[in-house]
Formats: sequence, C-alpha cells, structure tokens
Amino acid sequence: MQIDLTVNGKQTFIEAEPRLLLVHALRDSLNLTGTHVGCDTSSCGACTVLLDGVSVKSCTVFAVQASGHEVTTIEGIGTADSLHPMQEAFWTAHGLQCGYCTTGMIVSAVDLLKRNPDPSDDEIRAGLEGNLCRCTGYENIVKAVRAAGAAMRAGDPRHSVNELMPIHPPTVEPPPSGEAIIPQQLQEAKV
Amino acid sequence: MAFTTMVGARIRRREDPRLITGRATYVDDVRQVGTVYAAFVRSPYGRAKITSIDTAQAKSDPHVLAVYTGEDLHHAHNLKASLPVAHKMPDLKTPPHYVLALDEVRVVGEAVAIVVADSPYTARDAAEKVVVEYEQLPAVVDVEKAAAGPPYVHESLGTNVAFTMPFSAGDPDKAFAEADVTIKQRIVNQRVAPVPIEPRSMVASYDAGMQQLTLYSATQIPHLLRTQLAIVLGLPENKIRAIAPEVGGGFGAKLNVYAEEVVVSWVAMQLERPVKYIETRSECFQAMIHGRDQIDDLEVAAKSDGTITALRLKITANMGAYHQLLTPVVPTLTMLMAHGCYKFENIQAEVVGVFTNTMSTDAYRGAGRPEATFFIERAIDMVAQRLKLDPVDVRRKNFIASSAFPHTTATGLTYDSGDYETTMDKALAIIDYAGLRKQQEELRKQGRYLGIGISTYVEVCGMGPSAAMPAAGWDSATIRVEPTGSITVLTGVSPHGQGQETTFAQIVADELGVPIDHVSVIHGDTDKVQYGVGTFGSRGTAVGGAALKLAIDTIQAKAVKIAAHQWEANPDDVEYRDGKMQVKGDPSKSMTTAEAGFLAFMGDKLPPGLEPGLDATRRFEPPNFVFPFGTHICVVEVDAQSGEVKFVKYLAVDDCGRLINPMIAEGQIHGGIAQGLSQALFEEVVYDANGQLLTGTLMDYAIPHAEQVPHYELDHTVTPTTVNPLGIKGIGEAGTIGSTPAVANAVIDALAPFGVVHIDMPLKPEKLWAAMQAVPSNGSVR
Repeated sequence: MQIDLTVNGKQTFIEAEPRLLLVHALRDSLNLTGTHVGCDTSSCGACTVLLDGVSVKSCTVFAVQASGHEVTTIEGIGTADSLHPMQEAFWTAHGLQCGYCTTGMIVSAVDLLKRNPDPSDDEIRAGLEGNLCRCTGYENIVKAVRAAGAAMRAGDPRHSVNELMPIHPPTVEPPPSGEAIIPQQLQEAKV
Repeated sequence: MAFTTMVGARIRRREDPRLITGRATYVDDVRQVGTVYAAFVRSPYGRAKITSIDTAQAKSDPHVLAVYTGEDLHHAHNLKASLPVAHKMPDLKTPPHYVLALDEVRVVGEAVAIVVADSPYTARDAAEKVVVEYEQLPAVVDVEKAAAGPPYVHESLGTNVAFTMPFSAGDPDKAFAEADVTIKQRIVNQRVAPVPIEPRSMVASYDAGMQQLTLYSATQIPHLLRTQLAIVLGLPENKIRAIAPEVGGGFGAKLNVYAEEVVVSWVAMQLERPVKYIETRSECFQAMIHGRDQIDDLEVAAKSDGTITALRLKITANMGAYHQLLTPVVPTLTMLMAHGCYKFENIQAEVVGVFTNTMSTDAYRGAGRPEATFFIERAIDMVAQRLKLDPVDVRRKNFIASSAFPHTTATGLTYDSGDYETTMDKALAIIDYAGLRKQQEELRKQGRYLGIGISTYVEVCGMGPSAAMPAAGWDSATIRVEPTGSITVLTGVSPHGQGQETTFAQIVADELGVPIDHVSVIHGDTDKVQYGVGTFGSRGTAVGGAALKLAIDTIQAKAVKIAAHQWEANPDDVEYRDGKMQVKGDPSKSMTTAEAGFLAFMGDKLPPGLEPGLDATRRFEPPNFVFPFGTHICVVEVDAQSGEVKFVKYLAVDDCGRLINPMIAEGQIHGGIAQGLSQALFEEVVYDANGQLLTGTLMDYAIPHAEQVPHYELDHTVTPTTVNPLGIKGIGEAGTIGSTPAVANAVIDALAPFGVVHIDMPLKPEKLWAAMQAVPSNGSVR
C-alpha cells in the first residue's frame, strides 16, 4: 500500500507492505541510512528517530503506523555544515567511537533535553537507558549531553530545542500501556 | 615554536562529522544495483545428525533465487570449504570446519543452508520453508566433563581435548614445600559475548568479466580476510578485493574469518549478483565468537610476609565446537601472562583446550590477558586476606622493581618497561586509600559494606613480533605527498572506532609540517592500501603508527635531498625544524614538505639519480611486544538487604607510554573499563546441558546501560618504551584487563566480614545476598 511520510520536513509517498518496519522504510525506501539496526528486540536504540517530535525505536513501529506523521531522522537533526548543538557536543566531548549507536543516541538525547532541558548526570544516564553503547562506557556521552544542554539553554541562533518540536501534535492518541497501536491501514491490510 | 603541536593535543576526531550526522557508510549502507539478500538456515540443536534437507518448497518461492546446502558447497568445484585456524602448536587437533554443515551440526546456530531472495524479508520467509530433519545427539557443554570423556564433539577424534600445553620453570615443588601458606582456588572466568552494536554484516559481488570478487565486510582484518578467502575459495588473491568500510565495533569478534563471509562470496559468484547478508542480533549471539570461558585452577605459595614464591596453574579452556581463527591461541596468552606484574620465578602450568557443543571462543577484548590478570589479582588479594596483610603491601612486596626492566619472566616474555609502584602510589594518593579504609571500618559498624578493590595489571600487546605471532605481526604505511601538497596516508591497520584517521594525521602534521586538514588517512580497502595485518591486540598505533613513523623518516630524507639540491647545500647540512627544512643554523631559507613534493612531481629540478615523486611505503616489524600497565581502584557498596552492588568510585591510573591524543586514549580506557566491569557484574553466556543457548538476545544477555556504570576518574603516568620509534604502548584492551579484577576484588572485599574468599563472576545480587547470610565477623553488624 502507499503511505505518506513526512521525513525531515519533506513529504514523501512510498510503497510499504503492512509488515514493513519504519526503520526499513527509512533506510531502504528513502536511503536514509543514518538510522541503524543493532538488535531485534527493541533493546539497543540504534534505530531511534523522532515521530512527531517524540523519540521512538523505529524497529518497533510499522511504516504504516507512521503514515501521515512527521519523522525526524539523524539526517534531519543537522548536517556537517550546520551541526545541531547535540552533534557538536558529541564531537567535542568524544562521545562516540565506532559511531554505530551514535545516531540513535543523539536523537534520544535531543528528545531527553526537550523533556528535561537541564538534567543532572543521573537523569541523563536514566534518560538514555533505551540506548546501548559498547564503545564509550557512556562517560563522554553523559558529558556531551550535559554540554549540549548548557549550549541550548544559553541559546543557539540556529538551533533551539523548539525547532525539533512537532509542528502539529500526534494524530494518534498514545495507547494505554501494553496495548499495541493498530492503525487503520494495518487493520484493513489484515482483512 | 615547539616542534610538536599536534601530537599530545586533545583534538576532535576527524572521522566524527560523518558519524554524528548519519552520513557514514557501514556495510548495511552499501547500495549496489541488483542486490539480493541472504538468510541462513541454522541449527536449533547443540548436536544433531542432519538426516535430510528439503529445499523444494523454498526453491519454489517466486522471490527466491537460490538455496544452497553444505552438500552443494562441498561438491562445488574449487571450494575447499573448511575454515582456517592460525596457530603454531604441533599437536593441535584441527577437525574440519565446513562453512555449511555437512552431516552433523555441533553448535546451536551452525549454518546449514543459505537462501537468497529478492528482499531481506522474503529471504527470511523462505529460510523458514527449508525443512531440515535432525536426529538429536547427546551434546556436551560442561568443559570438564568434555575433557574427561564422551560424548565427543568430533567423533572421529576420539577425544574432546584439542591440545595440551605443559610448562614449568624454576622449582615450584620446592617452593610449595617451603611455603608458609598455600592457597588453592578454582576460578571460573565465565563465557561472555562481545556484542558490537553492529552485528556481522557483509555484501559480496562478482564481476564476471574481470573475474573479480569484492567483499564488503564488517571486519578488523581486510587483508587477512582476503588471503583466507583466496585459500578457501581457491581464487587468485589478486582477484579479490576486501573492504572494511565503517565498522560498528569489533572488540576482537571481527578479527576472524567467518563461514558466512565465505558462503556469501561463493553465492555472489554463482549468481553474479551482489549478495547482502546482515545477521540479526540473535544470530550474532549464536554464531559470532564468544570470549573467555576458562576454568583456572590455581595454587599459590607464599611466605608469611606476603612474598609469593610459586604458582601452580591449570587452565581448562572451552574452545567451543570448532576452531575459529585464533581459538587455541587465546588461552596460551593467559599462561604467558600468569605472572602479572610480579617477580616470582617458580611456575608450573598446563593449558588444556577442550571442544564442547558451544560457539567457538576466540579473541575478545583482552584475549587471554584478562583471564590471567583476573586470577593473579584475585590471588594477591587472597594471600593478603589469609595473612591479614593489606593487599597494597602484598602488591608492593612482589612488584618487579622499576630498575629491573627490561625484565624477562619465567614464562619467557620480556617486559619492555614499567614502573608499577609509581602508578599504584599515584592512584592510592588520588583516591585517599588510607581514608577509604577508615571509612570502610566505620561503615561496617553500621552494617554497611564498603569494598575497596585494587588491580595492578600489566598486559602484553602491540601484537607483535612475527616470530611470536600465529601469522605476520608487522604492519605497513604509505605516505604520498601529492603534487598540490596534500598528503595521503594509507595505513595497513583497519580502525573501527579507535580514531587513527585523527591520531595518524596528528603525527604526520607535526613531522611533515602540514596543516592537519591536508592529511587524509585511508584504510580498510585491499585495492587501495598495501598489505596490512589489521587492527587487534592493541596494535593499531603501536605497530601501524610505528610503520607510519618509518615512512615519515623516508619522506623526510628524500625531501632533504631535494631541498639541499635547490640550495646547492650538502644534504647533511639540511634538517627538518618545526616541520620545515632549512640549512642548519640558517633560518633565512626554508622549504616545506609540500614544496619538495611539488619539485619531486615536476621532476626537472631533482638531484641527479634521484627518482621523481615523494612517497614511501614502509613496514614495521616490532622487535618485541609492549607491556602497558596501571592501577585500577574500584570502591563499591554492597547492600546487605538485596546484595545489590553500588559503585562509589572508580579510578584508573594507566601507563601506555607517550600519548598521541589523550582524549582518544581516555575514550579507549572508558570503554574498556565498562566492558571489564560488566563481566564482573552482569554478563554471562549460558547454554543448557543440551547446548541450547539461553542468552540469545539483548533481553537475556546483559550489556550495561548508562545507569549501570559509574563515572570513571582517570589519570596516567608516562613510561615510554623503546620497542617502537613512537615510544607508545597500546591502550585498546588495558581498561578491560584492569577493571574486571578491580571490581571483583572490591565486591569480595566488601563481603570479607562474612568470611567470603572468592565468588565466581558475574557477581549477581543473588550470589552476594546468599553469601551475606553468614554471621559477620570483625565486629561488623548486619
């Protein structure tokens, strides 16, 4: 079926079978390969993206669930010429080594600061519990998020926390915990 | 101006802009037109006979291009389908290790068939349509049972013992007879999984016109992989290109030649289509190598003043079902490093390598040295505990003195340089050791259990002299000064997070006097880069960087000749100063490396007999290993009600010689500590008695989250080495080696009032809580 995704501000229409995961739609249909896959149990967080401004693990969202919604991937967070303060901070603090978890980690951290603009180190560690890193021992990731928070609170002319907020609120109500989201398209597809 | 401006500086990594913006290219990001996708059918049993494989249903799937079984590959023309093991042991048993199982499977996850389809989803659907019938056979998982007798993993061997290696030095029997105390302890160093966040990934393509095979693989050793592919596939090596693009972590697990790499390459040749295979995390837990898994039976002889006089050691190493590339080498490294940083002369040891129905063990960050450091550092604490001495004093008493280097150990290694006491004293002062001991005593009175764990490690790395390596130990570097002045570096090592695109550029920038942005460091492509051995064993900078320094020397020597000719000066009178050439003592004229490079390109102003061009390829053959060392101190509190371990402090004072970029070195230490402490507290690969893997996902296997690790406080001392021209030692594995015993010693120290001498890892709350049910001594209360 055709679905309608707004990714990094651009509306796109892609063909998606009902079981296609959002991460594969982003990577394979849209060639946005900055979002990585590190596990098959929603444990590692390498695939984290923003869905209507809120961080989700894109391996745990069907592409059809995101139809009609806004997705921000790492490619939309910033570019080498115009880094987001969080990217800048990861770079400066040496918050990455192999880089594989990094893109998901940065997206999660952006979301974390949106919810808590001035987190303590413990809050940063707790806030990133959905993202695994095997290289850094997390030391410099915590340092980076702290530094990015300070930079963003001080105000950056190009990037404010608000810039990454959803332009419009989610159109799907979050389900009561434990219940799966079955969007209309998927239900139809099942029939 | 100081000559050195970049080396030693904490500059930001040059590889990072592409990584933080999602613009890097890992294997799964490689896009090739016409790509098809592979899925493997894997054994669900620890040991079974394959009675039949029915591929008809899968083959009839319109999405499927091909299905191949072990039979298909085994009978294929040219395919010598058994995987390599690198070793130098005369009596090693090397049963065949087919890339797809033939008649029998010997480990859960062993590949039985490959299915190729038009998408990753359809490939996996079709893999489920391959019907394999098995007759389950009794498996053996317990390494000691396996060593003792049947069932045999490889029936034809009539034994599970792959090799034994005895060793003896000095007179251990006499030392034990004369000892004031002896300590006997069995220490289990549990099996762990490397878990790079990027699983094994590969895409192979075949250009039938050029007869050229190209394999992109998430590997640490592109050239060694190419060589082994040539051997196994029976292809000329000059028709294979191996590429390690961005690699998402390795930790030794990608220092290998995997069955899947061979099969996917072979299939790409059959189909003449690019074939991509990205394993799932579950497959990664099953079929990527595991680490550790030794039982170390230890006996220590000591005098009443804490002097250790002798060690008896039996290392029973679980090899898994097959040898992977370095499987038998790892436990021999444990034996070689059994001394730690201590000077006792009498040692009797035996290494026994045993096959079981589990995944192969192989090099995982530290590879043999963490096991040695763990038992010797635990042994020191046990001696201290028995003799009621401070573990610091026992260490001090037994250290190899700083004046005694180079020091040849009884096991035959020559430690290059070291100053163990200075490093330990620095750590003790920073952490206020005396104050901590006082605090510990006071808290015990309140029923709170603080533990202070010390680990003074030394490790062997910078792998290594070719004579002591299972394969070549040298590495290579090429420097090209391009006509317009930029500098291209081709390194034979294959970094995957270690930052050599930055550190190597720092070295070149200083030595050749060019802005760092003018230096580009290329690696990981066998068609671009001269042969190199790769990145493992903390050798990237210690060996690859040393080769780079040799290439710099050659470039400088030629540039000096070019400049001297321009100035009509004697080359002996021209020198590099602050990155530029000048006549000694005469700063009025100078020439940059870039200018010399341009003259070398133009070719018309060169001294007679000098070849045009300014480039050099050099190889560094290390005369010895290097031996970084340090002191890690961990402070924990163990909750008496729950057995939970809470970190109070973690301090590491390491010494890896001269630092090129301290920020990057610290990053290596941070990550190493996390992996080591995680082995102490959380991680364990578990198979049941039938060889079923019980920890096959990240839901069941614990690698730490940010919340579960402490802040690491770091410091260092600098004791250079003369083994390489940079004076540096490797730092990739030191953190892992130093941290596991520091954490375990801390936890066990916390439990000392309960009479605890040793608890095997992982030190999970239930084990600690159970141990704390004893009545505490030393006036402590519960």
